[in-house]
Amino acid sequence: MTELIAKNGFIYDPLNRINGEKMDICIRDGKIVDSVKDKADVVDASGMIVMPGGIDIHSHIAGGEVDTARLLRPEDHVKDVEVKTALTRSGVGYSLPSTFTTGYRYSRMGYTTVMNPSMAPLQARHTHEELSDTPMIDKATYPLIGDWWFSLEHIRDGLIEENAAHIAWMLKATRGYAIKLVNPGGLEAWGFGRNVHSLDDTVPNFGITPREIIRGLCKVNTLLNLPHTIHLHTNNLGRPGNYVTALESMKCVEDLAREDKPVMHITHIQFCAFKGEDWGNLSSGAEEISHYINNHSHVTLDMGQVVFSDTTTLTADGPFQYGLYHLTGNKWVNHDVETETSGGIVPFRYKRSSAVHATQWSIALEIALLIKDPWKILMTTDHPNGGPFTSYPKIMTWLISKGAREKVLRKINKRARKKSLLPTIDRELSLYELAVVTRAGQAKALGLKDKGHLGVGADADIAIYNINPERADPSKKFEAARQAFTSAAYTIKSGQIVVKNGEIVKPIFGKTYWVDVKTSMPQEVNDDIKKKFREYWTVEYENYPIQEGFLHSSAPLTVKAEV
Amino acid sequence: MINLIPKRVSKFPIEGKNISPDIFAKKSAKEIATLEMWEGNRKLSIGDLFHIKVDNPSSEELTIKIEGNVSTIRNIGFQMSMGQVIVDGDAGMHLGEEMSGGSIIVSGNAGSWAGSQMKGGTIEIKGNAGDYIGAAYRGSTKGMKGGKVIIHGNAGHEAGCYMNDGLIKILGDVGIFAGIHMVNGTILVQGTSQGRAGAQMTNGKIILAGHSEDVMPTFTIDEIKANVKVDGEKIEGPFYRFTGDLADNGKGKLFVSKPKNPYLSSYDKYLED
Repeated sequence: MTELIAKNGFIYDPLNRINGEKMDICIRDGKIVDSVKDKADVVDASGMIVMPGGIDIHSHIAGGEVDTARLLRPEDHVKDVEVKTALTRSGVGYSLPSTFTTGYRYSRMGYTTVMNPSMAPLQARHTHEELSDTPMIDKATYPLIGDWWFSLEHIRDGLIEENAAHIAWMLKATRGYAIKLVNPGGLEAWGFGRNVHSLDDTVPNFGITPREIIRGLCKVNTLLNLPHTIHLHTNNLGRPGNYVTALESMKCVEDLAREDKPVMHITHIQFCAFKGEDWGNLSSGAEEISHYINNHSHVTLDMGQVVFSDTTTLTADGPFQYGLYHLTGNKWVNHDVETETSGGIVPFRYKRSSAVHATQWSIALEIALLIKDPWKILMTTDHPNGGPFTSYPKIMTWLISKGAREKVLRKINKRARKKSLLPTIDRELSLYELAVVTRAGQAKALGLKDKGHLGVGADADIAIYNINPERADPSKKFEAARQAFTSAAYTIKSGQIVVKNGEIVKPIFGKTYWVDVKTSMPQEVNDDIKKKFREYWTVEYENYPIQEGFLHSSAPLTVKAEV
Repeated sequence: MINLIPKRVSKFPIEGKNISPDIFAKKSAKEIATLEMWEGNRKLSIGDLFHIKVDNPSSEELTIKIEGNVSTIRNIGFQMSMGQVIVDGDAGMHLGEEMSGGSIIVSGNAGSWAGSQMKGGTIEIKGNAGDYIGAAYRGSTKGMKGGKVIIHGNAGHEAGCYMNDGLIKILGDVGIFAGIHMVNGTILVQGTSQGRAGAQMTNGKIILAGHSEDVMPTFTIDEIKANVKVDGEKIEGPFYRFTGDLADNGKGKLFVSKPKNPYLSSYDKYLED
């Protein structure tokens, strides 16, 4: 029995409505408890802020695309090398860190749970191998189902319940956590050199529309009682004028909301909030998006913040990446995953001097600040698409400090600065709100009940930062705050001190979450589907599912479905 | 002048990033001896591998002279910005990588990647050099950006890969794909070229003053020039001048000696009015 007590910190625990009160946090055997014995180990958190461990709802840290991107970018590795120490392994990569380095870097920032948002089902085995090799953090991964043939067939034939049972099997077979849709219908069309450009375009060979796919899978998600909502990368992503598509996508599931619960998560909203007809007159759709979100509660968003850096874009959105290749002329990879999805990779440099990039930088912050309820907008960079996750501390300071934003504003493209709404926005997130957008809100959106808070019974995943809100206002001393968020004073994972003063002191392995859906309908795959596996897949049906023992540390989340 | 005399010949690759005038400057022989070197997976110091002799250490333009064969030592002169390195023997890979000033002289041969991503200064190799002279790092599009590399012997393949500016002068022969992906700058080859010079070049200048195995079909003939000027020096022709690589909408200029390549006379008909 290991006991630990974090004493005298300023606690920011939004899920339990604790706003900066001085309290002790007691930990026993990896969980937060009421009290511990006197001989428990003490962490002196006096003069520091204590938050639940950071959670990242959307960060590409593993899988076929990430690995292919690593192969594509040796020049990304050479500039960022981690030397091995007595406790940690060596690694490389700035925008595409290797698995161990990924775990260490998250942990040093006080992050304890990370979601890998894009996994071609066929590449599940590889993805889990990489996740098993990613230390320090708990993780989960979302299979790409928006262009999954059987799903499209079920939706075409109106078989929502059958589709639900099938997706329950899929989640188990791939050890997945949520339903991910990327450019629904578009990726299937891309297999034939085409794309879809609105919610009502027809998907070739299936005769259904993106709207039907989104609605169908949204219904499935509700029937299955999945902890997270559908996780949507919208159609037309990265194209000027696409904020209309984003709004359409939100509107198309309005009637499917039950009570006030979200039924959809739109990810990296920045990339789908472009106004204007072309790149020349690109402007921000932040006002329209945030206005809609402020008046509706069935959608949550994450930012997809752009950071000025040399990064790598990688998505399952093959047609989008093809466009990006034409825009940049950079080297690229385009990929078709059999019957399931596509993929594309293009290295990308976001420049302050570019009107488009600077506008993108502004859009995500505008949305985050214009949305009044922080529970609806979560902080991400869509790592590595908007920038590497190691830039989170910088983004946190942009959110909590107008001064920090202005410092960047002064240096960006003039045209973009003129159009930016940021100079008119005075809002600065409080530390309480920051804890919402970086952990509590993320846990809530993901349905992770034991995470994102510090109440009794929660997982003892805790970040302690050397910021004293009584002594200095972090919105004024934002550079010190950034330093504090970069190197956590302590990161406690599963009740163990794993990071001290920004250094790994105890390498550990986290769990891999997946959803085990109990359905009353049979989840067996019928003979017709088995035959199709034989005909269309390179992997036999029998070899397709991932055995639970294949995961380093499996953590199934059991839910009971309505079908 | 600081003299480094190798104590032994190593079979293993040695990381020599610390052999640079910028790092040696204002250090005593004792301090220099403690600088880190890796031999294979073993951490050593310069003192383990070299006898160090220092004369007149206070001189402004610091000279490091390596007296002997150091062909397994990589990255000599890494990121140097001033002074001089003289290698009296062979040097290893990545010689003068990312250097921005000063000069390196090698009396023997140098390995691959000499002058890779260099920004300024001069590298002179009296013997032969390996592949990827003045090239970009693997995967990068930023090759040599300035300075000069002069090779008195032969050079290997893909010299000047992604070269952005500067000059590479090869007085001997060169391998295939000289100036591949070249963006700007000048490459002069006095000896024989194994062909495919300038593949995917978008700009810059390649002068093949000797025989060339081929001219890529994606280059188009412009005219015949009597001579070409390189770095103030007049190279006597006549030369066929081509533009390419058209496969990449390139505007690069490829000069190929007329007398050394009689097989190119088939292009003459395109030049008649």
